[in-house]
Amino acid sequence: MSESKNDQLDLWEVFIQESDNSPHQHAGSIRAADAETAIQNARDVFARRGKTKNMWVVKSEHIIATKPEDIPSFFDQASDKVYRHPQFYKHTLDDELWKKP
Amino acid sequence: MIEKSENIASLEEQFNQRIANGETIEPNDWMPEKYRKQLVRLISQHAHSEIIGMLPEGNWITRAPSLRRKLALLAKVQDEAGHGHYLYSSAETLGTSREEMFDQLHEGKAKYSSIFNYPTLSWADMGMIGWLVDGAAIINQTTMAKCSYGPYSRALIRICKEENFHKKQGMEIIATLIASGEKGKAMVQESFTRFWWPTLMMFGPHDSNSPNSADMMKWKIKLKSNDELRQRFIDMTVDQALAWELRIPDDKLKFNETTRSWETGEIDWEEFNAVINGSGPCNHERLEARRNAHDNGKWVRDAARAFEEKQRLKNKSAA
Repeated sequence: MSESKNDQLDLWEVFIQESDNSPHQHAGSIRAADAETAIQNARDVFARRGKTKNMWVVKSEHIIATKPEDIPSFFDQASDKVYRHPQFYKHTLDDELWKKP
Repeated sequence: MIEKSENIASLEEQFNQRIANGETIEPNDWMPEKYRKQLVRLISQHAHSEIIGMLPEGNWITRAPSLRRKLALLAKVQDEAGHGHYLYSSAETLGTSREEMFDQLHEGKAKYSSIFNYPTLSWADMGMIGWLVDGAAIINQTTMAKCSYGPYSRALIRICKEENFHKKQGMEIIATLIASGEKGKAMVQESFTRFWWPTLMMFGPHDSNSPNSADMMKWKIKLKSNDELRQRFIDMTVDQALAWELRIPDDKLKFNETTRSWETGEIDWEEFNAVINGSGPCNHERLEARRNAHDNGKWVRDAARAFEEKQRLKNKSAA
């Protein structure tokens, strides 16, 4: 009755762009053996109603992700690098700095 | 060993803190084994319910009374397949394969919503499933959409958006039958009488008989108790039934002026237990249909793989 343990087709992640100039967002995943079927299945599952401007599918195994334990170090906000933020720059047009000698 | 269990205790404390802060748990985050296990149980049961739920409605696709009704019913059943797929995918992120879940279902070891073990005997049942069964499911699912596990929560948000069409198409079927005259109204009443109690059972046992509730509440994989959700459904649905002048098959039903709530008689828990444990009117038939669909679909999966291989070889020789 039941088949071999790996009867499922490959896993793909689906990203949908809903309107012009909006970013592609993860919609979910689907199963398919090849890319062409993957994009058709993704359309059937995730784009049956509502707006879809463009769609990406990518094999899940090709996605490289950070690990939860990376979060504190890898995404360190670099609070010592305040010069990356506009608030760091305090001068106004009246400042001495701009005045010609 | 001692060090290890201390480590787990501290991880669990951090985990509980994250939940208490309202954070969302993602697949690769540390989680207690029991949290993982409860989620797999919960999500796979929900997935099975969507898939088995296609069968009672599939029964009426070829006999829908008009092309419009047939198209709507087809679209609805297609949605249920999609919902099952979203849910199996989110359960898979917890490390349980789809095959394992299918095997459990096909071998009769997994549970699914008891309501789908009842037969659909008349066209009015299609309206009743949309109105009552999907109505009950919406109450459950909109609550669960705020649960702590990210992939399940996101799947539910997507499902809830589609589910509203299901309920409305059901209510339209009922309204049309009632407006058609005495015969149509009698069909609705007969169907309502059959579906009323089994729908109330969908919310599960009383809180006092729900063994896993405390942990699940703490971990936010259950947000409201079975009785609370059931009461919300009763208050909403009794008013709708009365507006349609339907007779509710419960002699003990009365309105409590203090709580502003409808109080029902006791649910037949013996029936509930029999149906959930395999002895309902259609359990056998549903599982057999599901097993056949899986086995008869094998050639499609094989063909998909063969097509992929052929494409790959073709691209290789072209390169």
